[in-house]
Amino acid sequence: MAERMGFFTDTSICIGCKACEVACKEWNQLPDDGFVFEATSYDNTGALGASTWRHVAFIEQQPVWTADGTTGDGDGDGGEKPFQIGPDGRWLMSSDVCKHCTNAGCLDVCPTGALFRTEFGTVVVQSDICNGCGYCVPACPFGVIARREDDGRAWKCTMCYDRLRGGLEPACAKACPTDSIQFGPLDELRERAAARVAELHALGRTEARLYGESPDDGVGGMGAFFLLLDEPEVYGLPPDPVVPTRNLPAMWRWAGAAALTMAGAVALSFLGSSDRLLGRGGPR
Amino acid sequence: MAECHPVGFQWVVEAKARGAKVFHIDPRFTRTSALCDRYLNIRAGSDIVLLGALINHVLSNELDFREYVLAYTNAPMIVSEEYRGTEDLDGLFSGFDPETRTYDPATWSYEGVTEEAAAGERSEQLDHGREHADMGGPDQYGAGGAAAHPKPKTDPTLRHPRCVYQILRRHFARYTPDLVAELCGISPEDFAELAEAITAHSGRERTTMWVYSVGWTQHTVGAQYIRAAAILQLLLGNMGRPGGGILALRGHASIQGSTDIPTLFNILPGYLPMPHAHQHETFDDYLARAGGDTGFWGRKRSYMVSLLKAWWGDAATEDNDFRFDHLPRLTGDHSHYSTVMGQIDGTVKGYFVVGENPAVGSAGGRAQRLGLANLEWLVVRDLTLVETATFWKDGPELETGEMRTEDIGTEVFFVPAASHVEKDGTFTNTQRLLQWREKALDPPGDCRSDLWFYYHLGKLLKERASSDERDRPLRELTWDYPEEGVHGDPSASAVLREIGGVGPDGALSGYTELKPDGSTRCGCWIYCGVYADEVNQAARRRPGREQSPEAPEWGWAWPANRRILYNRASADPDGRPWSERKAYIYWDEKKGEWTGPDVPDFEKTKPPGYRPPEGALAEAALSGTDPFIMQADGKGWLYAPAGLVDGPLPAHYEPFESPVRNPLYAQQDNPARRLYPRPESPYNPERSPRFPYVLTTYRLTEHHTAGAMSRPLAYLAELQPELFCEVSPALAAELGLANGDWATIVTSRTAIEARVLVTERVRPLRIQGRIVHQIGLPYHWGWGSGGLVTGDIVNDLMPLALDPNVHIQESKATTCDVRPGRRPRGADLLRLVEEYRHG
Repeated sequence: MAERMGFFTDTSICIGCKACEVACKEWNQLPDDGFVFEATSYDNTGALGASTWRHVAFIEQQPVWTADGTTGDGDGDGGEKPFQIGPDGRWLMSSDVCKHCTNAGCLDVCPTGALFRTEFGTVVVQSDICNGCGYCVPACPFGVIARREDDGRAWKCTMCYDRLRGGLEPACAKACPTDSIQFGPLDELRERAAARVAELHALGRTEARLYGESPDDGVGGMGAFFLLLDEPEVYGLPPDPVVPTRNLPAMWRWAGAAALTMAGAVALSFLGSSDRLLGRGGPR
Repeated sequence: MAECHPVGFQWVVEAKARGAKVFHIDPRFTRTSALCDRYLNIRAGSDIVLLGALINHVLSNELDFREYVLAYTNAPMIVSEEYRGTEDLDGLFSGFDPETRTYDPATWSYEGVTEEAAAGERSEQLDHGREHADMGGPDQYGAGGAAAHPKPKTDPTLRHPRCVYQILRRHFARYTPDLVAELCGISPEDFAELAEAITAHSGRERTTMWVYSVGWTQHTVGAQYIRAAAILQLLLGNMGRPGGGILALRGHASIQGSTDIPTLFNILPGYLPMPHAHQHETFDDYLARAGGDTGFWGRKRSYMVSLLKAWWGDAATEDNDFRFDHLPRLTGDHSHYSTVMGQIDGTVKGYFVVGENPAVGSAGGRAQRLGLANLEWLVVRDLTLVETATFWKDGPELETGEMRTEDIGTEVFFVPAASHVEKDGTFTNTQRLLQWREKALDPPGDCRSDLWFYYHLGKLLKERASSDERDRPLRELTWDYPEEGVHGDPSASAVLREIGGVGPDGALSGYTELKPDGSTRCGCWIYCGVYADEVNQAARRRPGREQSPEAPEWGWAWPANRRILYNRASADPDGRPWSERKAYIYWDEKKGEWTGPDVPDFEKTKPPGYRPPEGALAEAALSGTDPFIMQADGKGWLYAPAGLVDGPLPAHYEPFESPVRNPLYAQQDNPARRLYPRPESPYNPERSPRFPYVLTTYRLTEHHTAGAMSRPLAYLAELQPELFCEVSPALAAELGLANGDWATIVTSRTAIEARVLVTERVRPLRIQGRIVHQIGLPYHWGWGSGGLVTGDIVNDLMPLALDPNVHIQESKATTCDVRPGRRPRGADLLRLVEEYRHG
């Protein structure tokens, strides 16, 4: 197997241009999602889905301005808090994508083998094998994978498997003008990310933190991880994602034991029944 | 910049990563603001107050880079006794004629000029100021600007009360931090932080850069915004040095190219002025009035002769003034909006619209469409059937009943165009860099490149040319490019070679090789050398990692592949770097030449100690310490003694439509602004309570201009599917606007509807003690262009009030009303607007 490849998305330099969304759709020939104005900041995409494999979230965290142009800081004197970018007022942007988990729920539950782990350590659906059973959909703790309404098959980011095989980087990373989306060997990206967090902390931006870089998390580490400037929930990311199949071996053990017990009980009951049928034990 | 130039913004991100502090000053909190260190919210149309206060801060605290200012700017020059400024005349400069609303700039000149003129010497300022105003102002002086007196009296102590430095001090004295708070809405603390940052990061060791876009130009005082920034940068010594300068971000790919090889009415390639029918009867008249004779512009005869030779070849000879008479002539103002008025009046009968969409993309759209409907013929070349080509069957005036298709006699020819990937050619962008691109695929169907279209149209016209004298310019025109491919595409590289210049020995290597005797041909003198050594220099693609940071072998920058203009100023007067940290171009005494990582923007062997002999011309008239080599005096102009039609210094005037009184002067708005007081596009009354809100327009990353290139594309249209207005929660609450619901925006021109986006990013400002609300509208929608998404036309709201120097409309600051709900339909819309006009 080749080296495990991944994405490091540094949201501190994302400018929300959505070039990643467009490049992804263009390369992967995805259908549009309709033309609906959502009135949620500059986000009319909404969420990842069967035809949206990159999604830029826009989170407005501005102080509340009172009618006289100052912030209401609650001290009743018409507060003159100067406007500044910082903890009080920010416009956060972040490009979300499939996490290509180390322990991928979607892959675990796929009964057809349509989902598989590639030589790059990524998780890909083979659309010609997928039968549209949809088991993978609830198995993803991030809500990434989804089925298309027309044919029912499941779709998600492939980390541009075809481009990777051709020695190219994924379309989103290629299009990103500020290198907010970085592609490379996962180990290298983790080092780079740790250095970037340290750099931001040294600049006093202690809110910077990594999400999904640790192999100890509930999905065994993400192949696509993030530098965030706030809690994951703020970006619509689960704070402590756990692959639902994490306890599967134990569950199988329990289920096995339970099945044996049940089988035994059934056998016993049959024994009892036969006694009855045979007229044993009953007064007659 | 992140919003409209996301690819270029990567370098701001890079600079930030290296420790640069980045401020963003904008009426709206954009994607740029989100990434910068500090965001300053400013009221649209008040930037000269802010820039003026920064200039005042520098001058009153003597924070200017004095050695640079003394040596390289016109700070010590003494101005005429007759000059009166806005301090003396309450907002006017001397020479204003209230009848014509124009300035006679004679009194703005340096001391001594008027006397010499009286003695019979030619004076640009005295002769032609007003005529130049009529024809598009400064461009009439060519690339060198107006010719001021090259050797005026000076006071190196800067104490003379009429020296430029002291005039500046007096002029800007009233631009204070308090005034910034009062008019811009920027607090004194925020102002202090900005002022501290730019002064601390200027000087020998450091430089500061300003970057602007059309937010600074689309005002009735647009050119003066840029002048204000130029004054600040010259005072701080930030011109001609690495990390300094003023970067103009252009509005499209190759818009820089379309001014270099112009699509403008008043200039020829390389900023040579377009001749006037009556003032420029002969070639010598023209050259005598087209700017100064000193500095590199002093070689304008060579540039012009080479251009005429490129166009008329062997037919152009010394004896016939190189066919100067073949050039078309101006008879006045033929700018965009004046042309539209000519259409409405029936004096303009035919119209070529190429890669533009004025029916929705220009201000006062109704006047545009009325003009189009009154033409005899109209040619539209574009990628899609833009609104300008279909207004006659589906324009908004049909719905209101103002037009009926059967009444419109305009014959429309739609000629489908090739896109940029379907043709060879160059892009010239912001940094003057020409970058060649290869055709990736053939255009579909009947689509052809503009080059193909004009070349074959020219061939057809030449075939039809009569033997009449009137057709001689057509008959003699050189028109012989090699044709390629099944459609006979003219070779774009052959055109580039002609533009780059050829002499008896083949392609030229630079504009100093151009000759006034007709032995050289060059389609654009500033591009001379782009085909040096018979190599397409614009096609060079040596990766950055394989060369120096200046990357001289990536593309080709005009002029002469210089990456920083006026880079002589990166060294001190003696030719030494100002500091090791900022070393760039410097004088190598041993070799006797200028050297450094860039091409010196100076004669390579002219020593710093060179002093011009009396009567020297062209570059020989500039001393070894004159870095601004295109200027007749080689100096950076803090004060413009000639060349601008609305004053030698920037003064704050309110936008033509503003809810705010100008507290600086009795003069409310730019006295020389260009208006079209006509019923087709009436104005909002001054400070009218009916139009209480400030309206500004802008773009979104997801779309391009009026949307013809983005609305037909599903992947872009879905990202921003509908026109919306951005309003603050306070204004939304006041007016009853609900997020996601509809609002109607009204001006004296029309009313449009938009979805409401309530956001804290739009902030009410306290201006002159009261709350002023701003609202913002992106202008990417129209009814057609093959758009998957459509919407009302924001530009229809905008007034036809223009900057008098460059004739650009004020579409960044106006006034409006906002009301909840959708707009009325049909004739009811007209009734609503009528109510507002006369309310």
